[in-house]
Amino acid sequence: MKRLIYVAPLAVFLVIAAFFYKGFDLNPRALPSMLTGQPVPPFDLPPIKGRGDKGFADTDLPGEVSLVNVFGSWCVACQVEHPFLMGLKERGLVPIHGIDWKETDPDAGPRWLKRFGDPYTLVGADPDSRAAIAFGVTGAPETFVVDRAGIVRYKHVGPIDAEDWEDTLWPVIRELRKE
Amino acid sequence: MIVESGHFALVLALFVAVVQATVPLIGAQRGDAAWMAVARPAALAQVFLVAVAFACLTYAYVTSDFSVLNVARNSHSAKPLIYKISGVWGNHEGSMVLWVLILAVFGSAVAAFGGNLPPGLRARALAVQAMIAAGFLMFILFTSNPFERLVPPAVDGQGLNPLLQDPGLAFHPPFLYLGYVGFSMAFSFAIAALIEGRVDAAWARWVRPWTLAAWAFLTIGIGLGSWWAYYELGWGGWWFWDPVENASFMPWLAGTALLHSSIVVEKRDTMRAWTVLLAIVTFTLSLLGTFLVRSGVLTSVHAFATDPERGLFILILMIIVSGGSLALFAWRGPSLRGAGLFQPVSREGSLLLNNLLMTVATAVVLLGTLYPLFADAVGAGKVSVGAPFFNIVFIPLMVPMIAAMAVGPLLSWKRGDLGGAMTRLWAAGVAVLAAAAVTWWVHEGGPLLGLVGIALATWLAVGTLVELAERLRLFREPLADSLRRAARQPRAAWGMSVAHMGLAIAVAGMTGAGAWKVESIQAMQPGETVTVSGYDFTFEGAGPIIGPNYMGVGGTFTVRRGGDVVAVLRPEKRTYPVRNMPTTEAAIHTLFTGDLYAVIGDRDEDTGAYVTRLYFNPLVAWMWGGGLIMVAGGALSLSDRRFRVGAPARRRRPAAAAASA
Amino acid sequence: MRTATVALLLALAALPAAAVEPAEMLADPALEARAREISKGLRCVVCQNQSIDDSNAELAQAMRVLVRERLVAGDSDEAVVDYLVSRYGDFVLLKPRFQSTTLVLWLGPAVILTLAAAVAVAFYRRRTATTRQPPPPLSDEEQRRLRALLDDGSG
Repeated sequence: MKRLIYVAPLAVFLVIAAFFYKGFDLNPRALPSMLTGQPVPPFDLPPIKGRGDKGFADTDLPGEVSLVNVFGSWCVACQVEHPFLMGLKERGLVPIHGIDWKETDPDAGPRWLKRFGDPYTLVGADPDSRAAIAFGVTGAPETFVVDRAGIVRYKHVGPIDAEDWEDTLWPVIRELRKE
Repeated sequence: MIVESGHFALVLALFVAVVQATVPLIGAQRGDAAWMAVARPAALAQVFLVAVAFACLTYAYVTSDFSVLNVARNSHSAKPLIYKISGVWGNHEGSMVLWVLILAVFGSAVAAFGGNLPPGLRARALAVQAMIAAGFLMFILFTSNPFERLVPPAVDGQGLNPLLQDPGLAFHPPFLYLGYVGFSMAFSFAIAALIEGRVDAAWARWVRPWTLAAWAFLTIGIGLGSWWAYYELGWGGWWFWDPVENASFMPWLAGTALLHSSIVVEKRDTMRAWTVLLAIVTFTLSLLGTFLVRSGVLTSVHAFATDPERGLFILILMIIVSGGSLALFAWRGPSLRGAGLFQPVSREGSLLLNNLLMTVATAVVLLGTLYPLFADAVGAGKVSVGAPFFNIVFIPLMVPMIAAMAVGPLLSWKRGDLGGAMTRLWAAGVAVLAAAAVTWWVHEGGPLLGLVGIALATWLAVGTLVELAERLRLFREPLADSLRRAARQPRAAWGMSVAHMGLAIAVAGMTGAGAWKVESIQAMQPGETVTVSGYDFTFEGAGPIIGPNYMGVGGTFTVRRGGDVVAVLRPEKRTYPVRNMPTTEAAIHTLFTGDLYAVIGDRDEDTGAYVTRLYFNPLVAWMWGGGLIMVAGGALSLSDRRFRVGAPARRRRPAAAAASA
Repeated sequence: MRTATVALLLALAALPAAAVEPAEMLADPALEARAREISKGLRCVVCQNQSIDDSNAELAQAMRVLVRERLVAGDSDEAVVDYLVSRYGDFVLLKPRFQSTTLVLWLGPAVILTLAAAVAVAFYRRRTATTRQPPPPLSDEEQRRLRALLDDGSG
């Protein structure tokens, strides 16, 4: 018993070391989405220039499995992702809606879409981050898979590439369509 | 060529370290004087080789040799010379070379000046020191080689980060390392003692100066870091309980406990196993600090070279060094147990209380710092542990500790008289009441913590003076006698009084800045005046400024009190075109009662008004002043001739113990 | 190495904190004070360990504005915080709530203090016990000699 107390420091140290080892596999910055399994938060965004006067609101979502993609003209990773979204649009696999986030210049988003192409069915402007915060977004791009009932079923952080699509997003969408 | 020499020197240093880590150890085990004697020249050779490597790297930085990857990434030809030099350790690879250099310097100091150490203890301590060096040299050579070439060479460097070009930040890391690595000395002595199975007053007396030096350096390092945050971040914050700050604070707390427990070993020859454990824990926390910054397992403001591979290497190193030594402690520790009387109410009892609270505080900071990792690892989700948690759990531990700090030194060894001590503290009690009354009058309705903080600071300050007066028999004997006593006081005793006084002042500073900061954020037109805490800040206007490698806006504020000009403040907002990065240069004018602090922000294009942030930070400078006084106390203790000459041979121990008791 | 550089840039980008802008501030000082207090407890989710009150990140600014709007709309402090927790999880709280996942965190300090105090008390006990052991009772022979001495003294 008395010896035990001399072993205690070693035991505590080893437990902490084990946690550190485990910590290498964890990403302290990757936040799990609070919204998965929750209805899409209410939002009603105005349109961006050059796309008529239809904006983008939560009420547009129910009825069909769709993607909600948060992007911005200032976001370099979105440019990386963009060709892939254009490809998705061409293949016509799933409707993609866009939230044009944090634009300081209202012309910047439309200009960007004009230059690189416009993969979106509906686009709403979110200059003051209201919808982004409602979605719990921390950075762009982020993409949410929304089911027919308007419930968020999956969140993808960062640019989508072919691998993400084949391995996770597309299987999720196919499953949801079967429901 | 010079760069390759540096690399080669590091490789040689590794070989020397391996020799130094093994031969003297075997020699000490066998009692072979010749083998033990290897430690000394090896330690000196090692410091020479590492210094050569460091000099080569510095040369590459100073000459802007962009054929070296590390230099190309972290330096720039347009940097002022001083920041080229500080750039050497402003990055991961270079900072590790500095780390090992400091380790080697400490080791060679033992080799050079440790002539009065028993040869066995010296050989073992130097061998342990070399094991650590070998581990870190391997880390550098295998994962973080600073001498890697870049083919083809870069045209110019990438490293012109304006934030890093700052005196506070340039010298913050070296002091931190001097502290972290300094604790390796106490660690090496502790391991040597565990191997020998012997800890006594003489051992404590050898360990104490190294611990004191490391503690003083770490205090400076932490102080510089918080001072930098205070003037650079632009809103007067100075401590954030950020993981990396905590990483430097934990060894400081544990080191402070070690400093005090080694006194008990020295004077009363008890708490031996505990002191050895503290030495191991303190250095383990220093390694943890190195690990946390480099592994990326925790998020932090300062995370500066996060890389899992390197993190894994340091983790393994830590498990070998700390896990190994704690296992050794589990095995040999029980044999160190002392006997003898130990009364709760006594000087040693008060030092034990200090150790109890400091250790618990360390553990609590560790818990809060690592909790996000724990929660994530067991699947409890992502949580944040921020300043509010730390303030809630840390302050209640410090309040009784500071309160007891005034009493402890008044208790005698072995059996103290608590009633007597409290009676002698009547002056401190009166001062506390007076200070509380004044505080209440000035800041009526302010936070309770402000009142408590000022009361504690006063209690400690006056209590420290009372103890000093008692020791000098001031006012009880003729002044001349007291002065004679003062002259005869050992420097270490003066050091304690000065350091405790420094803490009292620092506590007052933290309290003032934490409880009564006044802030005023607004848009101001030139000519407008805003009153902050009784000071009238008049915005005289702003204009463009152009510096050597930046441009920006500079504003002018005239600060008046009752119509008299107190200060003229010229804050700047700079942009460095190379990095397109804005920085705020706060203008600060320090007064005895607090700092006037002004920051200028953006201009509103329509109205022409500027965003201004004006602060009065009461007593904030006392915090760093108090910190410096603490360091001065440490230095005073360190200069005590008993440490330099007196470290007595063990044979003479009974006499020495009798003299000091 | 690239991750390291990115981490460095991210970390430093978060540093110069301009924080609350006058345009965001509410005219009602009581409401503004509440907003500041709430903001100090909310983590800027894109920064590293900064509160939204201290951060000049755009998302932090948006959150500050949101906090103020909700307060103006009449929400209680708890409701405002709850809303952000429902979006970002407990991660957004700088002061974790007392709940099952933070039990160890909040109770830990008290447990550590108790354990440490128990060790210290055990140490004192042992140290005072060994020295205060009552002397062994006198043997018959000693008793006799003592009595003889006492008698001698009185006589």
